[in-house]
Amino acid sequence: MPMKIGNERFGERVEKGINNSFMRGAVAGAQDNIGARRLNAIEELGNWEEWRSHGEEIRQHVLEHLDYYLEQLSDNVAKRGGNVFFAETAEEANEYIKEVVQSKNAQKVVKSKSMVTEEINLNASLEEVGCQVIETDLGEYILQVDDHDPPSHIVAPALHKNKEQVRDVFTKKLGYKKSADPTELAWHAREMLRQDYLTADVGITGCNFAVAETGSFALVTNEGNADLVTSLPKTQITVMGMERLVPTFEELEVLVSMLTRSAVGQKLPSYVTVLTGPREELDVDGPEDFHLVIVDNGRSKILGTEFQSVLQCIRCAACVNACPVYRHVGGHSYGSIYSGPIGAVLSPLLGGYEDYKELPYASTLCGACSEVCPVKIPLHELLHKHRQVIVEKEGKAPVSEKLLMKAFGLGAASPTLYKWGSKIAPTAMNPFTSEDKITKGPGPLKAWTEVRDFPAPNKERFRDWFKNREKGGGTSWPEPSKTEKHF
Amino acid sequence: MKVTLFATCLVDMFQSDVGKATVELLERLGCEIDFPQTQVCCGQPAYNSGYVKESKDAMKKMIGTFEHAEYIVCPSGSCAYMFHEYQHVFKGDPIWEPKAKKLAAKTYELTQFIIEVLKVENVGACLEGKATYHTSCHMTRLLGVQKAPMTLLSKVKGLEFVELPGKEQCCGFGGTFSVKMAQISEQMVDEKVRHVEETDAEYVIGADAGCLMNIGGRINRQGKPIKVMHIAEILNSR
Ligand code: SF4
Repeated sequence: MPMKIGNERFGERVEKGINNSFMRGAVAGAQDNIGARRLNAIEELGNWEEWRSHGEEIRQHVLEHLDYYLEQLSDNVAKRGGNVFFAETAEEANEYIKEVVQSKNAQKVVKSKSMVTEEINLNASLEEVGCQVIETDLGEYILQVDDHDPPSHIVAPALHKNKEQVRDVFTKKLGYKKSADPTELAWHAREMLRQDYLTADVGITGCNFAVAETGSFALVTNEGNADLVTSLPKTQITVMGMERLVPTFEELEVLVSMLTRSAVGQKLPSYVTVLTGPREELDVDGPEDFHLVIVDNGRSKILGTEFQSVLQCIRCAACVNACPVYRHVGGHSYGSIYSGPIGAVLSPLLGGYEDYKELPYASTLCGACSEVCPVKIPLHELLHKHRQVIVEKEGKAPVSEKLLMKAFGLGAASPTLYKWGSKIAPTAMNPFTSEDKITKGPGPLKAWTEVRDFPAPNKERFRDWFKNREKGGGTSWPEPSKTEKHF
Repeated sequence: MKVTLFATCLVDMFQSDVGKATVELLERLGCEIDFPQTQVCCGQPAYNSGYVKESKDAMKKMIGTFEHAEYIVCPSGSCAYMFHEYQHVFKGDPIWEPKAKKLAAKTYELTQFIIEVLKVENVGACLEGKATYHTSCHMTRLLGVQKAPMTLLSKVKGLEFVELPGKEQCCGFGGTFSVKMAQISEQMVDEKVRHVEETDAEYVIGADAGCLMNIGGRINRQGKPIKVMHIAEILNSR
């Protein structure tokens, strides 16, 4: 799955999302549930805001010294006998991984969940050379079995499917004959996967955090699948986004704790798997051959820009779970494997404005995302920055809007023009007004009045009332409790 | 105490009753109100849409207009926040940044002003009925005013208060978002109205004209018997 999903226009995707009532129910339920659990989990810490500042500090420090820590990490991985490859592009990463896999004559690869391998479209590239790739995270497995349905959430990729839909997929594709009970479904997947773990030649993982000081990698899962992916196959390849680093285990501990609390409201996940290089003499398991692929794919271009803070992200999806827009349109509407607020900020940076120019506008700038982000990324401000870039540098805003805003600039800045405009408004709006409200507006008001009434402009503006009153001629007004509605 | 009113364009043009209630309420609390006629729009619609350059002239005009004020009070959390945002817009500008900082330091949202500056909790209002309150996003999250409206409402005689389910969720206004992303905005405001209905309240109260126009517009369109009121009107009921 490349980063971009589907070729439909933004409006069409949104329409589909809005009409998918099951998905919306599932998303709203998940948001409410996880949201409440997250609140409990962070309250336990007592001083969440301090934790957030600390988390932000750690991530900012790493970004400021990224060269240093990447080098330290590479050295330490090499010291332990691992191979390090730095891929500037998705193609370079895929080529390298393909070479490793082919050099082992590998027929079967098992994978644990990884967004960066989705981003570079690794599975397709391995399948091209005749390799069977099997996702072992349950959510990813379901999507893969369902003809590569794209993920709709960065932590819970199959959030848009219910258990009945999963049962149907399993029945059709895997000859499953049991009920839609989640335990039975999970058991079935487990049985299928067990064989794959045992027969796979290569295990591929993502990376939640790499620890520079020791050359270790931490994988955070609730299913334990990463343990099997990393202990059974003879060869292991870990793919990481170039920014996913911490200096030492001390920072790892802080960030893992924040990650799980923010992502699912858990104190600790079921498994934190930490690996350091290939198997050593006294180890009982682990790969014989270890490869680390560090992926840039557009990230270094973000460094040093006004968007740098987006690289602080630890992919917890708290922003996704808090987003009122995501709530109603779902993940596929974003047209990117990265959805929700983080997706709306990151996708245009990694994939360009052409494909993602609507995303920065798919927000009310309500700030719910920035409020929950454990590493204090000012997401709504970054969305606003994108809008500014689209208008000023990319020239991608509609002409009609540009004219309107020019006129706004003139009108709003000039008291005379403003006063004149607001004074003639009631007359100008007269043809559209009935009973003090506008039910079918012209121009930009049309979209508003398709679903809502718009108030008719006051006959006497507030400023005129005030002026009259100052002169001693002020009107009195009815008691508010008896006032008719003005909204 | 001398208060300079920043009424906002929505109140000026569409909701003059809110402006009137604000004036009367503040006068009753002992303030002397001044309304500079040169005030225009704060620039938020253009600014939020990414037209930063286009909005700067309006911002400068507003800074000039309110330069003499001792306290600036605004009956809208979002617009009051915009005054606080100016300092970031003019960051690094040797003339306008200091001016914008001064402006921010003396700008208050109405309920914030009553609690923090006037130090009044009971304004002597009285209104019979069941009410719920919509916490608008900019006021709560960006301006950081959370408790003031609740404290003031809790002292209104006769008012029975019910908390709004999903109160932290945006109502879907978002300025130009409401027309640019109308499909999504509709779903958001619909859920908000459903939540209001669940409370069985007669009044839905807010402190932000934009949100109220959005929620009220949808309630009116659906013909629901719920009154949408600005908190200034509630606090001014006697
Ligand atoms: S942007 Fe912040 S809240 Fe969103 S996924 Fe990244 S770390 Fe989590």
